Amino acid sequence: MEWQFASAAEISRQLSSKQVSATEIAKYFLSRISKHNQAFNIFVHVDEELVLKQAAEIDARRARGESELGALAGVPVAIKDLLCTTDMPTTCGSRFCEKYISPYDGTVIAKMRAAGMPWMGKTNLDEFAMGGSTETSIFGAGRNPWDAQRTTGGSSGGSAACLAAGLSPLAIGTDTGGSIRQPAAFCGVSGFKPTYGRVSRYGVVAFASSLDQVGPMAHTVEDLALAMDVISGHDPLDSTSLPYAKPGYTTSLSQAPQRFRVGVVREQIESDGLNAEVKQAILKTLDVLKECGADVREVSLPHSKYWVPAYYVIAPCEASSNLSRFDGAHFGFRAEPLEGKKSKSPLVEMYSSTRAQGFGAEVKRRIMLGTYALSSGYYDAYYLKALQVRRLIRQDFDRAFEDVDILVGPTTPNTAFKIGEKVDDPVQMYLEDLYTVGANLAGLPALSVPCGRSQVGLPIGVQFQGRPLDDALVLQIGHRYQQAIGWRPTPAPLS
Amino acid sequence: MSLSPTDVERIAHLARLQLSEAELASYSVQLQAIVTFVDQLQAVDTVGVEPMVHAIELSNVLAADEVREGLSRDLALSNSPDHDDECFRVPAVLG
Repeated sequence: MEWQFASAAEISRQLSSKQVSATEIAKYFLSRISKHNQAFNIFVHVDEELVLKQAAEIDARRARGESELGALAGVPVAIKDLLCTTDMPTTCGSRFCEKYISPYDGTVIAKMRAAGMPWMGKTNLDEFAMGGSTETSIFGAGRNPWDAQRTTGGSSGGSAACLAAGLSPLAIGTDTGGSIRQPAAFCGVSGFKPTYGRVSRYGVVAFASSLDQVGPMAHTVEDLALAMDVISGHDPLDSTSLPYAKPGYTTSLSQAPQRFRVGVVREQIESDGLNAEVKQAILKTLDVLKECGADVREVSLPHSKYWVPAYYVIAPCEASSNLSRFDGAHFGFRAEPLEGKKSKSPLVEMYSSTRAQGFGAEVKRRIMLGTYALSSGYYDAYYLKALQVRRLIRQDFDRAFEDVDILVGPTTPNTAFKIGEKVDDPVQMYLEDLYTVGANLAGLPALSVPCGRSQVGLPIGVQFQGRPLDDALVLQIGHRYQQAIGWRPTPAPLS
Repeated sequence: MSLSPTDVERIAHLARLQLSEAELASYSVQLQAIVTFVDQLQAVDTVGVEPMVHAIELSNVLAADEVREGLSRDLALSNSPDHDDECFRVPAVLG
């Protein structure tokens, strides 16, 4: 049996009816990894022994007839290398953390461990999740299974690519400005950024704390719901975690309303920057949704042109503060002192040379940008201003959601770009986030699912955004769309 | 606003980042481009708008004042580049 594009739901059914064992599934995906990982640079750490041990434990528990095994017990998962794990390194794609082994498991990891999901390994990412192309990793650029000359998108590029290449049936990513949705769109897979606070951030190496959110990536929306049932929920260890009961994402998946109102953002669908093929695919999606009961209307988000500028003040400010913990004293890399060099403060000298050598170019750029925007004399003009604009951006969404239940539009302005194309032009790279950062600034749930391919065969993604806390509704409508088009993943050419 | 190489040097010092001459030159150009880009924000009328610091605004999140197990000292020191089994060890503060 070929499992490479089987959904997690399908694997789960076969496991619980004992048609296949967790060990056979793990071995199958390990053999796919050994065949295809090197060419696409997807996993940065794979531990065969560990995954087989985890799978064997589930098989033993199932053989004993344990009744409380969850739906995803024995279904392998790939983890973005930004989540802290005690039994694998957590490198963040950085020289700083090359040898870092976390002394504790993050909450999402602990929940997946309890659910019996074996780790396929840790996936490639932009350094500290800062980037949109998985090119700034110390492990080198990730390659897109649809075209190896192109980027996977980022920063959760490895997690998207492992699905597209059929190396794992589920993956975990993080999304600060689009880092789950943009690579999902570029690699032709489904990815979900939940409402801010739905999933605990405890044990996720922080980039921008008011924007970061963990979420699942998968072949289908049904699989995303299965994963959300495992990873979400209130966590006392994360004080920004929402203290609300979690909906049953899988049990409510088929309960999409018969009729719903869809908003199309005028400023996005009519923008000059939107690629014609992407636009066509979105218009086609809207036609499908109309047949599913959608009443489609246009809405306006007047401050949408300020999303990216506000984001590139707020995110670097928070990053410069979060990354001050990388000081060469407590964990990670420390630079050797220069021979015979006299200094007023050897300690400050150590900090500065450690950080200079430990961080890559993009991370340093963002730290400096944030330091500037928070420094005396510039705080009001940049940081405070951006926070005020953030409020106006949220108010635009609130107003739009008075008239519609969900917003549907492109995930990205273009399909996957070539490796090296934007790496030296930060502003061009930042504009990749044009349609995705709004959901992070406002805290909304947002989903990207495949909705077609360009003439040259590159995947295109459609984004569904809902009101805060409407995570279940967003997944329901995404699921109905995939059912309407009879969605099945198409194997990527792997060349 | 405009950023001179002297400004970038000051920022790098505040951020504890040693920069080479070449880096100083390239970051000056790149940071200027980004600052010019984000300067668009100045056009927005924000008079009387309350700053929004978090995506979902919760307040007064409290935890019970109970003693709980924390990270052991051995584990806390386990990733440190230099320690003496009790404390983190760093170079002299003053040379």
